[in-house]
Amino acid sequence: MTTFRPNSVGKPIKRREDPRLIRGLATYTDDVKLPRMTYAAFVRSDFAAGEIRSIDTTAAAARPGVVGVYTYADMDGQVGATPIGVAIPGMPDHPLLADGRVLYVGHPVAVVVAESPYAARDAAAAVEVDIEPREAVVDVEAAIAPDAPRVYDELDSNICLQVPAPNPEADKLFEQADQTLSIRLLNQRVAPFPMEGRATCAHWEEGPGKLTIWTSNQAPHSVKQQIAMCLGIPEIRIRAIAPEVGGGFGAKIPTYAEDALLCWVSRDLRRPVKWSETRTENLLGMTHGRGHVEKIDVAFQSDGRVLALKGQTIADIGAFRSFFGPFIALSTHTMSCGCYDIKAVAWETSSVFTNTMATEAYRGAGRPEAAYIIERVMDEVAAATGIDPVAVRRRNFISKDAFPHTTPSGATYDTGDYEKSLNRMIELAGYDEAREAQRRARDDGRLVGIGLATFTEVCGLGPSTGTAPQQRMGTWESATVRVEPSGNVTVYTGISPHGQGQETVFAQQVSDAFGVGLDDVVVVHGDTDQVQHGVGTFGSRGIAVGGAALDMALVKVHAKATRIAAHHLDAPVDQIGYEDGEFTVSGTDRKLTFRQVAEMAHLWNVNVPGEEPGLEAVARFEPSATTFPFGAHLCQVEIDPESGEIEIQRYVAVDDFGEVMNPMLADGQRLGGVVQGIGQAMWEEVQYDEGGQLLSGTLMDYAVPRAKRFPRMELDNTVTPTPINPLGAKGIGELGTIGATPCIVNAIVDALRPLGIDNVDMPAKPERIWRAIQAATAN
Amino acid sequence: MPRSVPVAITVNGSKTEREVEPRTLLVHFLREELDLTGVHIGCESTLCGACTVHLNGRAVKSCTVLAVQADGQDVTTIEGLAQDADALHPLQVGFWEKHGLQCGYCTPGMIMAAKQLLDDNPNPSEAEIREAIDGNICRCTGYQQIVDAVQHAAEAAGAA
Ligand code: FES
Ligand code: FES
Repeated sequence: MTTFRPNSVGKPIKRREDPRLIRGLATYTDDVKLPRMTYAAFVRSDFAAGEIRSIDTTAAAARPGVVGVYTYADMDGQVGATPIGVAIPGMPDHPLLADGRVLYVGHPVAVVVAESPYAARDAAAAVEVDIEPREAVVDVEAAIAPDAPRVYDELDSNICLQVPAPNPEADKLFEQADQTLSIRLLNQRVAPFPMEGRATCAHWEEGPGKLTIWTSNQAPHSVKQQIAMCLGIPEIRIRAIAPEVGGGFGAKIPTYAEDALLCWVSRDLRRPVKWSETRTENLLGMTHGRGHVEKIDVAFQSDGRVLALKGQTIADIGAFRSFFGPFIALSTHTMSCGCYDIKAVAWETSSVFTNTMATEAYRGAGRPEAAYIIERVMDEVAAATGIDPVAVRRRNFISKDAFPHTTPSGATYDTGDYEKSLNRMIELAGYDEAREAQRRARDDGRLVGIGLATFTEVCGLGPSTGTAPQQRMGTWESATVRVEPSGNVTVYTGISPHGQGQETVFAQQVSDAFGVGLDDVVVVHGDTDQVQHGVGTFGSRGIAVGGAALDMALVKVHAKATRIAAHHLDAPVDQIGYEDGEFTVSGTDRKLTFRQVAEMAHLWNVNVPGEEPGLEAVARFEPSATTFPFGAHLCQVEIDPESGEIEIQRYVAVDDFGEVMNPMLADGQRLGGVVQGIGQAMWEEVQYDEGGQLLSGTLMDYAVPRAKRFPRMELDNTVTPTPINPLGAKGIGELGTIGATPCIVNAIVDALRPLGIDNVDMPAKPERIWRAIQAATAN
Repeated sequence: MPRSVPVAITVNGSKTEREVEPRTLLVHFLREELDLTGVHIGCESTLCGACTVHLNGRAVKSCTVLAVQADGQDVTTIEGLAQDADALHPLQVGFWEKHGLQCGYCTPGMIMAAKQLLDDNPNPSEAEIREAIDGNICRCTGYQQIVDAVQHAAEAAGAA
């Protein structure tokens, strides 16, 4: 399916980015050092809701080393609001610092700037903020009650966005169905927790009138535009750099209030200012993910066929709109059918304000919630009909001949072969033997469970016509291929990788196109002064969109090189052959290497009619549609009834993400995603108390997965290419979190079902399991 | 200005002398005073391992060691792990070969923690590796390829 004959592409090439990282020589934002640097610390609200009576900065300003203390009053009228992606009429803006009221614990109230980080933190502690607290609304279901306290007094309710999608066809099918069931599912709020938190260094240079911002972000071109709009600085005077970035997972898509603020401060002070958040600040003030409550009704036949779904999503978007915030939940409805041929879907989505940190995209963004729902539903239908969960899934699969397939919830799937991945998974897992072993274990009174998830999801979103203007962000991506006179190649890509490995994969693509070595290619990203306008890395688009743009640029350069070679070889273009870095004239021994052509293109001592000198091209790939990778996962757990401890005994994942560019890197994406998904299923939870205090503000209270909780994962993949892009690759970054979460919970529920337990909410902590077992056995 | 105290620490084989505030954490000393920015900060609370360095040959989390506590002692960071500047330590090779890193932020600390393991136990089992790195969080890799990386290093050292 590839444009160029794969030689390097498809191989487990080790990464070009690693030598700097394994030697400690990479530059993350906090590693940036500039002359006259200052350091910022934020003063944040201790209350979830309240009016600011006064802010006294005198003591802080008088402390040694302090160069500035700022509150909203200092910048009022000079700055715009916190950047958001899509406007909703009538919804209040969120100022860069609290403007008279605080809306969540951690809400920035003031910023202190000093000569050292220690001096800044000391002085921040000396700022006195007097807040008149008021009643907070924390629980999202409580927040939609008519008499709930309101996050915003000026609004009639806490509902930010409500999208009903009724469907009379679904009503009819519910009447006709043999059976129905209802289930309430929680997708708890989690913290993205990249190991590098947010970090920003802003440097305004008055001489050239130029702002440079280094920021740990997934979309630096968006940062440039959003800062330009927020501060009124022309974007041609802003350079945004995402240097080495220590993980993002969606939470580094937004341009944060803190980012814009520091740019304003640097301009005010005419000095560079740097800020790296503490881990507690990260848990308070980096966007969270998920936070859904879902109520689902299912109409199905006794043979396991699911006819229709009715769903209600209540999404907790926190105290203000983050970049994509209120819209993320809509994709839960869109993806509600999973890989099943369901006839009708009715849904209602509500995105609701609460006095908590805002939620945002988090590895999957709305699709994990959908997969969680439909995969839990499939297991409950299996239990209700007494049919094996594998058989129920097969009965409902969209047939492989039915693609492209449009679901009643409005998604058009490109390609799929769900039987193929399921069959391979069953073979790899030894499903029948595993069930047999489970029966024996159950006979011995042990709580062993087997869970499945057969899922599909959305990658490389497109086309751009579906995006909102204010987002300033299409769905396309850009690439420049610049061949140097030596024949070495620089690639400039609009994506902004932060661990995904495109410096390697893109070099593999270049190597295949021109026959140059991987060492002869440099991939530049994450710097808006170097790279043509681009979009960024999120939504599993790096290869499916960014790699596709590179392929287009390579094709253009290759075509020009062919024309130049033809002229020099004195043969018509259609007589020119190409293989492994050499242009040949068919039927002769005349040839030129790619490097010779590159030199000729620059030397230009022989003019090629109709061509300009040089060998370079820029291309932009606009996806005509979206790709839908899929997979079949299985896990086996055993639960200790005495403690509620869950042991993950096996995890088998067979994914299908189309063509594979680098299997070793693909494995890395899948393994990391699965562990992150299991983290949500079993341990992770952002918790606020009733008053809106964050209870999970340190690693003592927020349980990130650690190495010894996992067995060795068993991986394989099938290949069903997509026609949407020239590479045939679908995308892979979010598969793991989408498959793993329902897979684990299905296994846990399967283990407990003999006790009469038919649902367990995430995170399935030992205490929760133990209580469920106690309650079930007491009856 | 806050009071300063002198410290003399041998870091990666070179003796360094500085005046620091007594409260200066070793991690800040290494990063800010010595520009050894391969030492990362992930939690400031001994819980993530991103800041792991060796103090007199033992792995410590440098976010909870004061610079003054390291006075007169030997510190090794990721920058000083390989014998000479052009070579890589077998653990660095293992992480590269086995894709033991993605964003790389946890990696220096992870490698220094793994070095402690291999110093104590040159042939660890998978379970022993997982136990040894349990104090180091990686949010990207899911740990399996880190286990492979450490095994690769152990095998290379065994073969040498
Ligand atoms: S920064 Fe030291 S353990 Fe996390
Ligand atoms: S590689 Fe990103 S945290 Fe480990």
